[in-house]
Parts: sequence; C-alpha cells; structure tokens
Amino acid sequence: MLKAARAEEMGKQRGRLKIFLGYAAGVGKTYTMLEAAQQQRAEGHDVVAAYVESHGRAETDALLAGIETVAKAQYQHQGVLLTELDLDATLARKAELVLVDELAHTNAPGCRHEKRWQDIEEILAAGIDVYTTVNVQHFESLNDIVAQITGIPVRETVPDSLLDQAAEIMLVDIPPEALLQRLRQGKVYVPEQAAWAAKKFFRPGNLIALRELALRRTAARVDDEMRTYMETQSIPGPWPVTERLLVCASGSPFSEQLIRTTRRLADELKAQWFTVYIETPSLARQQQENRERIWHDLRLAESLGAEVATITASSVAEAIIDYAVRHNVTRIVVGKPTKSRWRELVRPPIVDQIIRLSGSIHVHVVSFKQDSGAPKQPEKPAKGSSWFEYLISLALVAAATLLSSLLRPYLSPINMVMVYLLAVVLAAVRFGLKPAILTAALGVLAFDFFFILPRWSFTVADTEYIFTFFGLFIVGVVISSLVAKAKDRTEALRERELQTESLYYLSRDLAAAVDMESILAAVMKNISETLQAQLAVLVPQGEQMQVAASSKALALDIKELAVADWAFRNRRLAGRGTETLSSAELLYLPLQTSGYAFGVLAIKLSHTSDFFSPHNRRLLDAFVAQVGLAMERVHLAQQAEQAQVLQARETLERALLNSISHDLRTPLVSIIGALSSLRDSNQQINAARRQDLLNGAWDEAERLNRFVGNLLDMTRLEAGELRVNIEPSDVQDLIGCALAALDQKLEGRDVSVQLMEGLPLVAMDMVLMNQVLINLLDNALKYSPFESPIAICAQTNAHFLTLEVLDRGPGVPEADLQRVFDKFYRLPVPEGVNGTGLGLSICKGIVEAHQGEIRAENRSGGGLRITCQIPL
Amino acid sequence: MAKEINLPRVLIVDDEPAIQRFLKTALSQDEFALFQAENGRAALSAVVTTKPDVILLDLGLPDLDGVEVIKRIRQWSQVPIIVLSVRDRETDKVKALDAGADDYLTKPFGVGELLARIRVVLRRSLQAQPEPVFRIDELEVDLARRLVLLRNEAVALTPTEYELLRLLVTNAGKVLTHRQVLKQIWGSAYLEQPHVLRVNISNLRHKLETDASRPRYILTESGVGYRFKGEA
Repeated sequence: MLKAARAEEMGKQRGRLKIFLGYAAGVGKTYTMLEAAQQQRAEGHDVVAAYVESHGRAETDALLAGIETVAKAQYQHQGVLLTELDLDATLARKAELVLVDELAHTNAPGCRHEKRWQDIEEILAAGIDVYTTVNVQHFESLNDIVAQITGIPVRETVPDSLLDQAAEIMLVDIPPEALLQRLRQGKVYVPEQAAWAAKKFFRPGNLIALRELALRRTAARVDDEMRTYMETQSIPGPWPVTERLLVCASGSPFSEQLIRTTRRLADELKAQWFTVYIETPSLARQQQENRERIWHDLRLAESLGAEVATITASSVAEAIIDYAVRHNVTRIVVGKPTKSRWRELVRPPIVDQIIRLSGSIHVHVVSFKQDSGAPKQPEKPAKGSSWFEYLISLALVAAATLLSSLLRPYLSPINMVMVYLLAVVLAAVRFGLKPAILTAALGVLAFDFFFILPRWSFTVADTEYIFTFFGLFIVGVVISSLVAKAKDRTEALRERELQTESLYYLSRDLAAAVDMESILAAVMKNISETLQAQLAVLVPQGEQMQVAASSKALALDIKELAVADWAFRNRRLAGRGTETLSSAELLYLPLQTSGYAFGVLAIKLSHTSDFFSPHNRRLLDAFVAQVGLAMERVHLAQQAEQAQVLQARETLERALLNSISHDLRTPLVSIIGALSSLRDSNQQINAARRQDLLNGAWDEAERLNRFVGNLLDMTRLEAGELRVNIEPSDVQDLIGCALAALDQKLEGRDVSVQLMEGLPLVAMDMVLMNQVLINLLDNALKYSPFESPIAICAQTNAHFLTLEVLDRGPGVPEADLQRVFDKFYRLPVPEGVNGTGLGLSICKGIVEAHQGEIRAENRSGGGLRITCQIPL
Repeated sequence: MAKEINLPRVLIVDDEPAIQRFLKTALSQDEFALFQAENGRAALSAVVTTKPDVILLDLGLPDLDGVEVIKRIRQWSQVPIIVLSVRDRETDKVKALDAGADDYLTKPFGVGELLARIRVVLRRSLQAQPEPVFRIDELEVDLARRLVLLRNEAVALTPTEYELLRLLVTNAGKVLTHRQVLKQIWGSAYLEQPHVLRVNISNLRHKLETDASRPRYILTESGVGYRFKGEA
C-alpha cells in the first residue's frame, strides 16, 4: 500500500521512465521508441531527442524527422573524438519527454557521470520523462547468467533498481529467426571491431536463451504490477509471508556472484534482501585491495536493490545471526567453503558456525563455478616490516636458547619448554600471530637441537619428547592466537571508542553552536582532527557554491567547485571514491536533512585508499548527518528570528505609513478646503471669515513643512547621512536661536532661561543642536497648559554640557519614559495637539551623533524634564 | 510706459514652473518689472540683456551649480543676488554668500519676508555712502565719532567690538557669513578661528541687548552667520 503510494508520488515529482527492452541488438528497440515518441508528439507533447543513434538506417532516420535534437557533447579522449549526451543542454531544454538511446552505455572519461543511466536518473530527477532502450543482458542481476550462456562478458551494466523504477517497460520482441534474417541482410548494426564477438553472440541458442530472459524479466514485472494493484485495491489473496534474505559480503572473489545469486533468489521469492559486511578486527587490518573489493561489493548490492550495512564485530557468524534476528531475516545465503579440509579442522568454516547458530532461519549454501573469469584470491605480499618481525622471532628463540643453556644445570629439559613458551608469548604480544607461530616452530626445533639428547642434532633419543614438541607447538599456537585475538579486539574497541568519542565531541560542539559560524568552526575542528584530512564547507551563494570555511592549504578550482555544485543540486555524493565525477580531487558530501540542503562538505583524505574505506565513509556519513541537523536547527532558528524582525519592521512601516498618510493629508485637507472656499465663493465671504480661513491654511502649511522637515531629518539620520559639523559654539546663542525660531508660538508663554555663569564655548553642531532644542521646546509648548512655565537650563561640569528643558505638563507614564524616544511614539495627549511622533527620536539621533545622551524623567510636582548631555 | 521703465527690474531664476508662477503673482506687476530664466545659462545671458536691479536665484538649477552662476556674474557685475534654497543646505548657503550673494531665503518663505529682503538689497545698492549715524530702536551708532549710545547712554566697547558692530550695522538687514566677518575684522589668518567671533558677539550682546538669550539687534542665522536687525 505504502509502496504503491510512494511509487505514485515519486512518479509525480520525478519524470516517468519508459524502457524499451530487447534481447539483442537489431530487434528494433530504437525504432519502436521513435514510433512511440512520434505518437506523443502528435498528441502535442514536447519531445526532444537527446541521444538517438540511427546507425544510418533510413527507416529510423525517417522516424526521427520532426523531433528536435539536442546537440551532442564532444569529448576528446586519447586522440579520439567521442560524442556523448549533453546532459546540461538536455536539462536546460526542459522538454516534457527526452529520448535517450542505449541505457547501458558507458560515458567517455570527462563526462559528469560514469554511466549513461546516471545521466538519465538526473534527467528524471528534473521532472522530465525519459524513453530509453536497453538489452536484457545489461541488467546487473542477469549479468553473470548471460555471460554463462553466451560466453561473452558484458561490461556495461545497469542496476536492476532502474527496471523496478521504470513506470513502463515495453518488450520489443521479434522471433530469433527473423533477427538472424535481418542480420544476414545487414540490417543489424554491428561495430566493426566487435564482428567476431557478434558472430559468436548471434547464435540461435544464445538468442533463444536471451529472449527467454527478456520475456521472463518482463513477465515478472507484470506480475509485480498486478500484485501491487491487488494490494492497493485490497483484493484478498493468499499472500506468502514476506521473505527476507541476508547475504554477507566478504570481499572474496565469489562475493559478487553470491550477491547476484541472492538478488535472483530475492526476485523469485519477492523478498526484501540485505547485504552486510562484517568488519572484524583482523579484517580491518586487511590490505587496501581487499577493502576496495568489499566496497565494490556493497555498492553492487546497493545498486541491485539490497539494504546495505557494515557491522564491526569480532565473530563473523555471530554478527550475521545477530543482524538476521534483528531484521527478521528468513533466509541466509552463504557460499560453499573453498578452503581445504585440513584448515577446517583448525578453524570450523563460517558456514558451519552460521548453520549451528541459525536456529529457525534457513541457510542456503551456494556453490560457485571456479572459472577462469573469476579473479583469484590476491596473493598477499609480505609486509615491509615482516622481515624485521621474523628476525625478531629468530632473536627471541636465540635468547630463549641462551637463557635455557644458562639454566641447564638447574633445570630439567622439560622445564626449558617454559622459557620457549615465554618467547612465544612475547612474540604474540609484541608482533602478532605469525611471528608468534614462527617463534613456536623455531622454539621446538631449537629445543630439540640444543637440549634434547642427543644434543646438536634433530634426532630424538627418547620418543617421549615427540609429545613434548607437540605440546610446545600447540600451546604456543593457541597462546599466540588468543593473545593476538585479545589484542585485535582491544584495537577494534579503541578504534570504535575513538569514533564514538569524535562523534560525541562533534555533536557536543554542534549542540552548542548557535549560528553558522560556530557550526563551521565545530566542523573544521572535529572532522579534520578525526580523519586527519583537509576539508572545506561550501554553501550556496546565489547561483554558485562558495567556500564558507576551509583548511588552510586547501584551494578549490573551478572544476572542483562544479563537483560541489553537482553534489549540492542533486543532493548526492560526488567526487573521489564515488561513481559521479570521480576524477575530482576531493569527496563531496551534501549537508542535508530530509527538508533542506544547506551546503556541501568537501574532504581530502590523506591517502587515496581512505576515500574507499567503508570505515571512513560510515564515519563521514554520521558526521554529515549531524552537521545537517545542526544546520537545519540554526536555519530554522534564524528563520524564526527573521520572521520576528520582519514583523517588527512591518509594524514600524505600518506606523510610518499611517503617520505619513495622516500627517501629510490632515494639513492638506485644511489647506485645500480653505483655498477652495476662497476660490469658489467669490465675494460672499466676509473679511473676518476670510481671515480665519487664511490663518487656518497658513498654520497647517507650516505644520506640513515641519513634518516634511522632520521626515527628512529622520531619513538622513537613519541613512547615516547626517554629518556633524562640530564647532565651538555659544550655548546662549544656541538657546537664542531656538527661541527666535519659535517666536510666534512663544508669544504669551512664560519661558525662563537659566544659564550658569561663565558658560564656556561648547564643541557641537549648532544647526543640529538648534533643531534638538526647537523640538524639545516645541514639545514642552504643546504638552503643557498655556499658563504654565517652561524653563531652559544650561550648565557645564568638567565633562558635560547639560541642557534641560522643563515643563509643568502631565508628564509621561513611568513605563513609557524610554519609549518616548522611539519613532512614532505619541502620548495620548490633549485634544488639538498634533505631533509627528518623530521629534524626540530625531533629538535622540542628533544627541547620540554628538556621543551624548538624552533622557526623560518626570519632575516632582508634575511635568517633564528632558536632559541632554553633550561631552565637552 | 515711462513709469514701467523706472520700476525695479527683478530677474527670477528657477526651474520649477510652480515657483516661477508663485513669485510672479507675489511680486506685484505694479511694483516690479519681472524677467524669468529657467536655468543657469539662460540666467547668465538674461543678466546681460535685461540688466536687472536684483536677481532671485534658486541654487538647485538643472545645468549649472547656483554658486557657479554667482561667481560668473560677480566677475563683471555687482547686481544684488538673493539666493533661494531649501533648509538643511546651510553649507550651500554659506558657499553662495561667500561667493558674493547678498542674502538668502529658506524655502518655503512668506511673501512679506521676500519683499523685505528685496527692499534691503535695493536700498543698499542705491545708497552710495552709508549714513554717518545709524539708529535703530534704542541704539545709536555714530560712525563718524565712533560713538555707541544705548538709551542715550554711551556704551564702552573694545576696539574689536566696535569694529564688529560697525561692520554689522553698515550691513544692517543683510546676512554676513562667519568667514566674511572673520576676514574683515581679524584678517585671513583667523578664518579657522570661529571662537574669537563667538566670544566677541557674545560680549557685544551682553553690552547691547536687554536679554542676551533673546537678542533683538544681533541675530544669529544658525549655521550661516549673523544679521544685524534691519530697519523695520
């Protein structure tokens, strides 16, 4: 049900993929695809051909007519000009339906993706439908069967998941005889260099087998569709209990076959399947080549549709069973052991262990055909340091022999065995299993040679000593392996511990991070330390990716930035160690959560092999997941904050608009009203009324002028355009100017000026401070009763000029004393008072531009005192 | 017609049609002969062709900077120039005055104010020699005898204060910039020493004004300079 819903949903967002499936070249896939495309075009859909190869066949060419073609990209590779699908141009074209021939094609080096199917994935991801063609032998899970049938290995493979994802599969089928007929008529395109292979390939037997494969694959798909349909429509039926399969990747040459087999089995059983890799401490020390193969196996499994996991454990069998139980696995698929029987005696094969532990889980044992095609188990070259280790073994045995010979007078030969055992233990603890075993073997020989009668010969007089030799050797080997195992386990534990620790430190730092900077700092510090790597974090800046933080010596060129860009846009891994743009220097991991992508982590590990290590990749996955979550958290917090700021600004803007519309319109209403009555009523207005109208209009015009002035002042202050022109100024002159400016309003008011004796000149901007004083006086006049006194005081001390304007008005509610300096704050004031709500905030701006301070307080006995302090 | 010829000729230089229209209405055709120019270059040629008695010059012209226009006119003519400018452009006003403009008006202004300014500059340009005795309200300055009387009582002034007062009263009604005053009284060396001027003005006010905080005679033009009260 859920699966169907998801598939449907995916179908909506992504483009729909239609695969024209054939069983061999020449069955007419391209032709059928073009026919279907023409039909789509006739129905009015926007169809373009991104890559269609007609191989010069006229009827195919004819079908291409009328379909727009995207120019192919050209790549120069080793002197050969290769044409490839131009992915960027195709994406940019934004057609409804794109035709791409040859799904299984391998791209020229230098292309964004290794394989064409990856190009198609990207086109689908962009919401564009795709028609493509492919032959059945290219499917990953059928790859080895086809190789077995035809004897020709197929290198170009596509993951089966693609077939599963396809919205539609169209089988293009003609009988093999007809195909052979066409081949003879030269109607089948065969590249010249492959003529011999083709001859071998196009044999009736092969074709019949391939045709059957294609038919069966399509039929399975049809069956699937019907099942899904029945499930979604709640049609009851006998549904088998869901099977779950588990296979273990081991990096052995047969691992790949095993995985493919499991996939086929899973297909037949309609089962979900898992592939695990159990990393044991001894495997963890394995050579790089082997690790790469494991990595390859896991990727193969993933592309075949398996769920993949890597587990660290000391026992492979136990870990497999544990995983199987936890995931309700019903069947475990294992390979038949290839080791010789005598080794089985020493250590029971994993298969046996699994079978013993499996309980109710079925175990399938698969045998492999040992053919020449399978890669051989790599011969392990001696480690660089092993010579030294073996010399040490020799030295230890020599030392033990020397000690034994010194003790010979006091010890019986049997007890000398203890001295040799000591050497074995030392070798095991210091140098691992092999030197220890060598030490045990050498010890036996030395013991025999030097101390067992007859001395100085390997012959043994007393056959009882044969038992002693065996005892010494076996005990030596057992001790060595136990010690070595214990050591390995400790090492693995330490490594785990380190990982956990580094993850813990990263998450701790990330949890404390409140902004992007601190996240970046945490990333740079923790990840580079843990992995000993150079790294960079890139974030989108407009259309491009930009480096937000990077290690010192790391520089990313345009090519690298393009890879980062791809990884970010497609929200997938790219670069070194991946299948996409793998020629890059660095590995790029998108920093994302389910909802957002925030950037890309670019990392340069010290060794090439590190890029492929599952261990590193797992750690990096954990890291980027953590970072993604932290970034999301910060992002959401920022969004919330921005919303708040935006709201505050909106409120302010609304206030400003209200104020402007009110304060600009009101005076205009009176002015226009007065002027219109004067203009329209000719002589009918008497002189007194006329004067009234004119006075009213005049007052309002002045008010309008004042408001516009205030608005301009405010704008200048906010734009930071206010230039303070400081000159020594006479405070008395300043007060005089302000009083003169308010001359008319002051008429009849009681205004007293109290100046300190010997007031010095004060450095300030006369014009601006004049404005401050005018605004303060204007407020005092407006908000206090006509008959009440107003006072202006000025005094200086060693540091400040203090200017005060005092009134006996109603004052300001205590809670609002700070807010009076806010923009558009207006007191709920007596009737007829009209302020702009800007005066005091302008004062504040000007005083602060003088590095001064302005404050309001209520006076004892009523009224308000505004104090400005300007530093001297 | 004969009468018209004797009317004071006013050249209005402003690019705003609304302001042109307002000035034309405000300045009665019976009192003044009006001429117009929309930009700086037109103004310069109009000065030659119309020979105005006073120029009303807007500082914000589309082609030439107003100060530049003043400088070019002053190269060959002493015709009185009254600058029209918006608030907050004090430095522009000072530049214009220093370049040779006679007075300024801040937009918006009332007609009464405009007429008063025009009369002051016209009277000053017609008057060849300053009167030997300057009288206003309760203050009398006898320039010939270097005598200052306030309410008929002699006021003791320092030589600098007297020179300052003499400069102000001989330019009564006209604004003088700080630089102009500093240069005339103390010389060019004191141009950047505005505090000597502030202190002397303050002292003069204390000696002449009834309330130094609300001066009646020596008025401050904030950010520009000083103006001695003109005759009413």
